[in-house]
Amino acid sequence: MDALLDISGLRKVYEGSGRRVEAVRDLTFTVESGELVCVVGPSGCGKTTLLKCLGGLLAPTGGQVLFAGKPVSGPPPGMALVFQEYGRSLFPWMRVAENVELPLKHKGLSKSRRKELVADALASVGLADAAGAYPWQLSGGMQQRVAIARALAYEPDVLLMDEPFAAVDAQTRADLEDLVRGLWRERGITILFVTHDIDEAVYLGERVVVLSASPTVVQEQLKVDLPDERDQLNTRVAPRFAELRTHVYEQIQAAKRGKADPESGKADPADRP
Amino acid sequence: MIGRVLLRAVFVLALPAVLIAVWWAASSGSVNPYWPPLRTILKTFPDVWTADRLRSDVLPSVLRLLAGYALAAVVGIALGTVIGSYRRVRAFCEPVLEFLRAVPPPVLVPVIMLFAGIGNSMKIVVIASGCVWPILLNTVEGVRAVDSVMLETARSYGITGAARLRSLVLPSAGPQIFAGLRQALSIGIILMVISEMFAASNGIGFTVVQFQRSFAIPDMWTGILVLGLLGFALSVVFQLVERRVLAWYHGLRASTRRSA
Repeated sequence: MDALLDISGLRKVYEGSGRRVEAVRDLTFTVESGELVCVVGPSGCGKTTLLKCLGGLLAPTGGQVLFAGKPVSGPPPGMALVFQEYGRSLFPWMRVAENVELPLKHKGLSKSRRKELVADALASVGLADAAGAYPWQLSGGMQQRVAIARALAYEPDVLLMDEPFAAVDAQTRADLEDLVRGLWRERGITILFVTHDIDEAVYLGERVVVLSASPTVVQEQLKVDLPDERDQLNTRVAPRFAELRTHVYEQIQAAKRGKADPESGKADPADRP
Repeated sequence: MIGRVLLRAVFVLALPAVLIAVWWAASSGSVNPYWPPLRTILKTFPDVWTADRLRSDVLPSVLRLLAGYALAAVVGIALGTVIGSYRRVRAFCEPVLEFLRAVPPPVLVPVIMLFAGIGNSMKIVVIASGCVWPILLNTVEGVRAVDSVMLETARSYGITGAARLRSLVLPSAGPQIFAGLRQALSIGIILMVISEMFAASNGIGFTVVQFQRSFAIPDMWTGILVLGLLGFALSVVFQLVERRVLAWYHGLRASTRRSA
């Protein structure tokens, strides 16, 4: 009952210029303290909308989000977000260390404590040497590491990640996935990780929440019973991994087919025999 | 390395040198009293622009320019930030801003004289009233264009109010604000001269008009040279400041050009 994040009946309808888009219809699920939960769904299913509602950046049309028992009505302290667009999330006029330190200044921490947290966070993402660089002097993967370090230094109760690796190349992506897994295991933080990549969701998550196509509902929740110790080489070829990813894939395909909804009035005729 | 610096120096100085040579040659045999040889103008220069005159005429001009410019910068950036931040304020102010911007500032000189007199405050108000528009309008645009992801990042980390302004909105609008400041600088020099031509007892503009009225034509020409040099010097100083403040922006642009 005392889940860290409790999402119930979440609904979001965008209205504007005579168009009414129901992005999220009814989402109900929870995230326990210390869990790493992946949310996966077909593209355009309102994953970012969900995350913005959780982060208090968007007001839901219906339902509510409870964070540590309290309803979210604005960005709550204790939550940190990592966006997909690292290049637009870091401030290019600040050096790496300043970017990581900025949110800490508003937590009222002492200067020495801030320095300590910044150094520790940068070290744990492997960027201790880059403290004095500007973000645009770094590669995309390194920039996303800085964004992760900024979130870590903030010492959040929950870390929300919005398709954080969608814009980096495949090898960097594998490294970053292992980084997130490693940080989760070392630090015991709660992570909600949103992705459109099924393999990534299964590889990273302890639990996978599969979303339907828009208007979005929870299609299925799935426990990932892979061993805690995971690595790119062995985990991804394990038979159980293949089973899980196939299952999630089928669920998402089913979700897409289920889109033929008489209410929405825009069903693809090819979907109907 | 030294070769490259030399090449750059040649590149920068070539055109001015050619223009001076052309002026020199074209005017050397001139007997037209209004178009004296450059030789005569340059010979007159040190006699006219003595240390005394620099103190009594150039310094007051520059001080008035800086005062008016600083006033315009403060008002322009402050108002621009407010107008740029709130859609409603913008919709409310826009028609008036468009009208005021369209009024040529020199025409305000006689009007401003009526209530600000003919002293320094009149000239400072004239300079500020002309300089404020490009700064204001560019600040509005710059503040409006702050990236939505950066704004959401700041919001989610609880960076609000003055901290948001200082660490996000103003730096992000910086390049646009500087573009406005640069335009305002040349407008400021023009208005400095014009305001001194209307009613003044010192200043570069006043001096040039005095020379013209007393038919000291070579002296008048030296005044024009001084204005040119002053504008050039101010623009160099401006560039140095801009390079320093916007070092991140130039670096960012260079890095996106490389990767593109």
